[in-house]
Amino acid sequence: MSSAELTPEVARRPLTGRRARLGDLLLQLVAGAAAAAATVLVLLIAWKVVEGARPAIAKFGVHFITRVVWNPVVGREVFGAGSFLFGTAITSLLALALAAPLAIGCALFLTELAPRVLRAPVTSLVETLAAIPSVVIGLWGIYVLGPILQRHVEPALHSTLGFIPLFGPPSSAGPSIFTAIVVLTMMILPIVSSITRELFLGVPRELKEGALALGTTRWEMVRGVVFPYARGGIAAALILGLGRAVGEAIAVTQVIGGGVFIHLSLFSTGDTLASKIASSYQGAATNLEEHSLIYLALILLVFSLLANISAQWIVRRVARRQGVGPNRGGFG
Amino acid sequence: MSTHGITRADMHAVNLPRRRALNRLMEVLAWLAAAVAIGFLVLIVWSVARKGASELNLALITKTPATGFFTSGSGGLANAFAGTLVIVGIATLMALPTGILVALYLTEFAPPSVRNIVSLSLDVLNGVPAIVIGIFVYGLFVLGHGQSGYAASFALACIMLPLVARSTIEVLLLVPRALREASLALGVARWRTTLSIVLPQTIGGIITGTVLAVARVAGETAPLLFTSSLVGTQVHWNPHHALQTVPVAIFELSESADPQDHARAWAAALVLLLFILLTSLTARWLATRNRSKLSASR
Repeated sequence: MSSAELTPEVARRPLTGRRARLGDLLLQLVAGAAAAAATVLVLLIAWKVVEGARPAIAKFGVHFITRVVWNPVVGREVFGAGSFLFGTAITSLLALALAAPLAIGCALFLTELAPRVLRAPVTSLVETLAAIPSVVIGLWGIYVLGPILQRHVEPALHSTLGFIPLFGPPSSAGPSIFTAIVVLTMMILPIVSSITRELFLGVPRELKEGALALGTTRWEMVRGVVFPYARGGIAAALILGLGRAVGEAIAVTQVIGGGVFIHLSLFSTGDTLASKIASSYQGAATNLEEHSLIYLALILLVFSLLANISAQWIVRRVARRQGVGPNRGGFG
Repeated sequence: MSTHGITRADMHAVNLPRRRALNRLMEVLAWLAAAVAIGFLVLIVWSVARKGASELNLALITKTPATGFFTSGSGGLANAFAGTLVIVGIATLMALPTGILVALYLTEFAPPSVRNIVSLSLDVLNGVPAIVIGIFVYGLFVLGHGQSGYAASFALACIMLPLVARSTIEVLLLVPRALREASLALGVARWRTTLSIVLPQTIGGIITGTVLAVARVAGETAPLLFTSSLVGTQVHWNPHHALQTVPVAIFELSESADPQDHARAWAAALVLLLFILLTSLTARWLATRNRSKLSASR
C-alpha cells in the first residue's frame, strides 16, 4: 500500500552515506575525548597533589603523618599532621555518630511514617539543608550556634558528664571542636538521609507486608526486614557521609578556632586537615610549609578516594546480589 | 539466633504491650529525627534572614567596599557580586558542554568496560574535597601564572562537571529506546539521531541539572581561596586578574573583628542564600515535572 516500493535497487542502496559515517565518527570522537578528559582530570589531580607534596614527603617521610608539631619558624621548620589527623578523626567520627541515627530516623519517617501530604515537602526541605553553602553554615556557626553551645550546652554537659574526659571545662571563647562537630552533623545529615531514603524505598513491598501480616509491629518489621535488606547500602551512605565530613574545610575553619595540640576535651579549639589548609590561604611562611600543606591535602585526597571507591564497591556488590537495588553507583 | 531478623523470642517471650510500647517509642524517635533536620534548616534560614535583612540595601550590590581609615566597614560588595558572576559564568561555559558530551558518550557510545571506568572517575571526582580541588588548581595554574578568575573558574568547573554529567545521564536514560530505534530505522544517521532526536528530549533535564550545579558552586568557598582571593576593592570584570567573590567575601568578613563587617557578611549571606534556595527549589520542581512527563511518554 505504500507508494515507495521496496525495489531491489532501493534496498541495496546503503542506508548511511559517507557524510553520515563521518558525522558518527566525529561525534563519537568528540564525546570520547570529553569522557577521556574527565578520567584524565582525576589522574591529573592526583599527580599534581603528589608533585606539590613531594619536597615535604622527601624531607619528613611517613613520620609526617603522626608527628604533632607545626613550626614554621625559618631555619627550624618542622611540620607534622598528627594533631590535624586527630582533629579530623574526632570531629568527623563524632559527627557521623550523631548524624547516623538522625539520618536513618529521618529516612524511616519519610518512607514509613509520614502522612502522604508531608512526604514530598519534608523530603525537599531536608534536601534543601544540603544546598546551604558551607560558608553560610560557618557564619551561623560562629555567631549563633557557638555562643548557644558555649553558654547553655557545654556547661550542662560538663556538670553532668564531666567525668568523661571528652566533656572538659566549657570553652572560654566561641570556637570549639564541639561546635565543629554539630556543624558537620548538620552538613552530612541530609546526604546520608537522602541516600538511605532511596534504599528504604527499594525494599520490596511484599517483604514488608509479609512481616506485618505475621503480626509484627512496625518497628519489628523495620528491624527484621528493612534494615537487613538495606544494610550494605546504609554502610555505603555512612562512608560517603564520613568522606564529606572529613573533606569539609570552610565551615570547620570558621568554628573550630585552630591550634596544634591533641587533647580529648571537645570544648577547646583544634584544627582538622582541611581547616588547617583553608586557614593558611593567605600564604605560607616558607616553601616547605607550603609543600607540607599540600602533603595534608594529599592525605585528604587519599582518604576521599578510599572512601568513595569502597562505597561504590559496596553499592555494586549489594546491587548484584539483589538483582535490582539502588542505582546510585553508576548504571552498570 | 541471629542478631537481626525476626526471631521467635521477639514474637513470644516479649509480651504485646511491651512490643507496642517499643514500636511507639521508635516512631516518636523517627518523628523527632525529622523534626531536628527541619529545625536545623529553619534555624539557619531564620537567623540569616533576621540578621541579614537589617543590613540589606541596594548599596550592597552597587557600591564597592570603602577603604578609608574612618569609613572602612561601610560600603557594599559590588566587586564580590561582579566576580562571582564572571567566575561562575565561565565555569558553566567550561563544564556544561563537557558534561553533556561525557553523558552522551556514556549512554550512546561507550562499551561497558570503558563506561565503568569513566563512571567511576565521575564518582571519584565528585567525592574529591573542594579544598583539594583548590590545591590542585593552585599547583596547576596559580604557581606559574598567579591567581586569576580563569583558575577559579576551572576549579569550579571541576566540581560542576560530575554534577552536570550525572544529571544528563539520568535524563538520557529516560529517553525511550523506541524513539532512537524509530529514527535509526528511518535511515537517519546515528549522530543526527543523537543530536536532533535524543538530545532535544533531555533539554529540560539538562537545564535543571545545570541550574542545580550553578547553585551548588555559587556558594563554594574552598576552591576559590587559593585561586582567586588576593584582591582589591575595585569592581573588575576581567578574569585575567584575581576577582573577589561573594563566598570568599563572607568568609573574610566573618573572620574580621569589626562588628560592621559581620553585618555585611550576614547581608551577603542572605543574598547568596536567597539565590541558592530559589534556584534550587525551582530546578527541583521543574525536574519532577519534567521527569514525570518523560516517564509518561515511555
